[in-house]
Amino acid sequence: MKRVYAEEKWCIGCHLCEYNCAFANSGESDMAKALKNKPVFPRITVEEDNKITYALSCRHCDDPICVKSCISGALSVQNGVIRIDKDKCIGCLTCILVCPYGAVSQGKNGVVQKCELCLENSCGEPACVKGCPNRALVYEERGDDK
Amino acid sequence: MNLEGKVRIPSGCAIAAVISKKGKRMTGESIIDAMKPMHDRSNGLGGGFAAYGIYPEYKEFYAFHFFFNSREVRKSTEQFLKERFEIVKSEIVPTRKIPAITDEPIIWRYFVSPLQSVLKNLQLDEDEFVARTVMKINTEENGAYIFSSGKNMGAFKAVGFPEDVGIFYKLDEYEGYTWTAHGRYPTNTPGWWGGAHPFTLLDYSIVHNGEISSYDANRRFIEMFGYKCTLQTDTEVITYIMDYLLRKQGLTLGETASVIAAPFWSTIENKTDIIDKEKHKYLRTLFPSLLVTGPFSIVFGFNGGLMALNDRLKLRSMVVGEKDDRVYVASEEAAIRVMEPNVDNIWAPTGGEPVIVTLEEGCEL
Amino acid sequence: MSVEYIYPEFEVIRNENRCICCRVCERQCANEVHRCDADNNLMLSDESKCVNCQRCVSLCPTHALKIIKSDCALRENANWQNDTIKEIYKQASSGGVLLSSMGNPKSFPVYWDKILINASQVTNPPIDPLREPMETKVFLGKKPDKIERDDNGNLKCELPPQLELSMPVMFSAMSYGSISYNAHASLARASKELGILYNTGEGGLHEDFYCYGENTIVQVASGRFGVHKDYLEAGAAVEIKMGQGAKPGIGGHLPGAKIVGDVSRTRMIPEGSDAISPAPHHDIYSIEDLRQLVFSLKEATEYKKPVIVKVAAVHNIAAIASGIARSGADIIAIDGFRGGTGAAPTRIRDNVGIPIELALASVDQRLRDEGIRNNVSLVVGGSIRSASDVIKAVALGADACYIATAALLALGCHLCRTCQSGKCNWGIATQNPDLVKRLNPDIGSQRLINLMTAWNHEIKELMGGMGINSIEALRGNRLMLRGVGLTGKELEILGISHAGE
Repeated sequence: MKRVYAEEKWCIGCHLCEYNCAFANSGESDMAKALKNKPVFPRITVEEDNKITYALSCRHCDDPICVKSCISGALSVQNGVIRIDKDKCIGCLTCILVCPYGAVSQGKNGVVQKCELCLENSCGEPACVKGCPNRALVYEERGDDK
Repeated sequence: MNLEGKVRIPSGCAIAAVISKKGKRMTGESIIDAMKPMHDRSNGLGGGFAAYGIYPEYKEFYAFHFFFNSREVRKSTEQFLKERFEIVKSEIVPTRKIPAITDEPIIWRYFVSPLQSVLKNLQLDEDEFVARTVMKINTEENGAYIFSSGKNMGAFKAVGFPEDVGIFYKLDEYEGYTWTAHGRYPTNTPGWWGGAHPFTLLDYSIVHNGEISSYDANRRFIEMFGYKCTLQTDTEVITYIMDYLLRKQGLTLGETASVIAAPFWSTIENKTDIIDKEKHKYLRTLFPSLLVTGPFSIVFGFNGGLMALNDRLKLRSMVVGEKDDRVYVASEEAAIRVMEPNVDNIWAPTGGEPVIVTLEEGCEL
Repeated sequence: MSVEYIYPEFEVIRNENRCICCRVCERQCANEVHRCDADNNLMLSDESKCVNCQRCVSLCPTHALKIIKSDCALRENANWQNDTIKEIYKQASSGGVLLSSMGNPKSFPVYWDKILINASQVTNPPIDPLREPMETKVFLGKKPDKIERDDNGNLKCELPPQLELSMPVMFSAMSYGSISYNAHASLARASKELGILYNTGEGGLHEDFYCYGENTIVQVASGRFGVHKDYLEAGAAVEIKMGQGAKPGIGGHLPGAKIVGDVSRTRMIPEGSDAISPAPHHDIYSIEDLRQLVFSLKEATEYKKPVIVKVAAVHNIAAIASGIARSGADIIAIDGFRGGTGAAPTRIRDNVGIPIELALASVDQRLRDEGIRNNVSLVVGGSIRSASDVIKAVALGADACYIATAALLALGCHLCRTCQSGKCNWGIATQNPDLVKRLNPDIGSQRLINLMTAWNHEIKELMGGMGINSIEALRGNRLMLRGVGLTGKELEILGISHAGE
């Protein structure tokens, strides 16, 4: 299965992935309109300290603990991709607590959001990867499925 | 308008050639006839012939064919020659007066041998000395021009259609074992006899159809070695390239063809014969500036044989035919059919593949 | 005490309707032009620090930024121009030599742009590179005067060492130190993929790149930094750098701040020490000394590698080249006055040397006049900007071209000409690890490959138009060129006719 992988070596900490993600999932056709003067809820976040930066998003685990822990059935695995049904999410945030990577977050309206590989939005491929200026994010098959 | 040599003039052409492998001599009639069906390939601004084996009685001597603008020039040139050569015969080249050929210069020939004392002094062999003398006279532009300088061969050329040029020079009265012919279609009006073809140096002659795109690369390279391209024609530079590779470098005819119409690198790379592959790579790397590109079909004449060669993409027509001991080459099959209606074997050689014909051993010339 | 304020050269124009305060401009600017006023959710600029490298412009996701030249100008004066006056202010303030980077930006004639290329019409056919083979392979190196045969009459097919290039372009010398590890990695990888060569410059060869040796020219310059036996043996050719087009007659100075870590190790000098290359090689004060170094290097490499001598195009270049062609060198590289640099005194960069077009034309003709053109191959650089420049250079007589600025542009350089600051936002002319990592060699090498592939296509198209199907038939083929708007003298030196002739 193709996943988004972070190449920490090439991450330049520009945070563009976050904005591209937020825009791709905004439903708007203009980035300024989508993001200007609004709180931004990206599904990918750049972790950084003085030495290291890398972008973090859902790993789409083979045996996802978030799905197991979801009490409302909002999280599910579809063709290997962990999807969220926002209508079902009750905002209990259990998934955020259990995710070992910290890849799940609370979006606007209080429901949970996470990377769904841009499969449903207008981008059609992961917007973070497409917009990364230094190929620090790649979307590829690495054959590490169990 | 500038004369040929002051400006480069592209031209289309017709070529034809015949050789008897047994060295049997034939008159010029047949080659003149061969040019007739290709009339439209010329435009009356240049025609010429080269014939081998025509001066058996003087075969030890260089036959210099001259165009002179005036008697004075001839006299002063003769004086110049006398200081360097023994002149065994000096005569006007016989011609017929015909309406199609006018404005002829003084056409003269000398049979000469370089003075040994001069050669020793300059430390040159006689071919090199003759070649240098020819180039010296021709570059001085004083109204004397040598258009033929080999032994037992001669070039005959003029402004006019080739079939008329043949009659003008009475080629029906000469007998040679090789004849080459050229009809020219230059793209302006030089009106100068020296610009007609064949072009010759020593016994090497070239008739050529095409316009090569590598001209200036070839010219600027070959001029490093003492050649002067005064006519700015393809034929001239190709003749010098042949002379350089054959006489000065000592390459064989086949190797020479591999330089000027070198195989593509991909072809060389795919050769299975390792020695052949190495040889081609070597020649192409060593003589990159002598690769000739753009369209050409040439017949290269020399004492004892001829070589026909096309550019490697075969951008000009050229066919070869055989009958008994004779081999024919021409721009068009029709020309060969005129010379030999019952030609046995006729084919169009592949681009870059030389057709080399030499006299059989033991031919009496 | 005097007033020293010079109005910033550039203005940062931010379209407030588009700016989303993502702060990418702030994060990407090593010059610290941008900053965020978080209280008001506003981006602010300090334009005095802007060098117009366009990094922020390129990365701004909403295209809210542009950098323009400031229109705050001194009173117009054709003699005392703005830049001239500001340079005076700078020197009056600092007391120092002005430094600049990249090539001469002044408005001297660009002869490439006054030369036009021929095409076939009617009398001979153009050749379609999509249908017919079109060859751009070249071999650089000495070509012997005579063939030799063995006892059986077979050709002895041995040649002096030759460099084989798939196309007549190489990446010219840029040292590790003046440019980054990742820039070198990009050049090395692209060269291998393309079948051409890149040049280490004077900074030695990083141990990681020894594996690209067949595609590497190792340079020996006056500072001899990083030169040792393995280094010489690692490359496909050795280049002796006598001069550089951007700064003929002077050496180099890489500040100690850039001599860090691997750069120091590769150069074989202590960290933090300035790397100063003397103006001359102190063992070459004349042409006979050069010959000794050429043969020392040949001895060291067992005569297996061609030796290149690189010189800047200066007034007497034809005679100099003639001397080099008789020195035993296999290749002469000539660098024109527009060639780039990581840092050079402004006055020298802008006023010393001659255009490569004229230098090339006169050298090629001189070597032919002397009958020694075959002794050497000629490589020219110093602002080869496009495939048509390459074609024109080859037709004037070059065997191949060196490109560097064009290669850097492919890697992201925007020609802001402040390499000397070491704060290259594109990760090229810097040793700051945070900046260096901005150049991912996966991307960089691919862009170089793309550029050269595109040029090679264009070279083939231009050759085909001329009816030439092999690059060697173009070399020195000046009949394929015509000048426009050139004087008789210029045409004479270039050895070409005027258009219409």
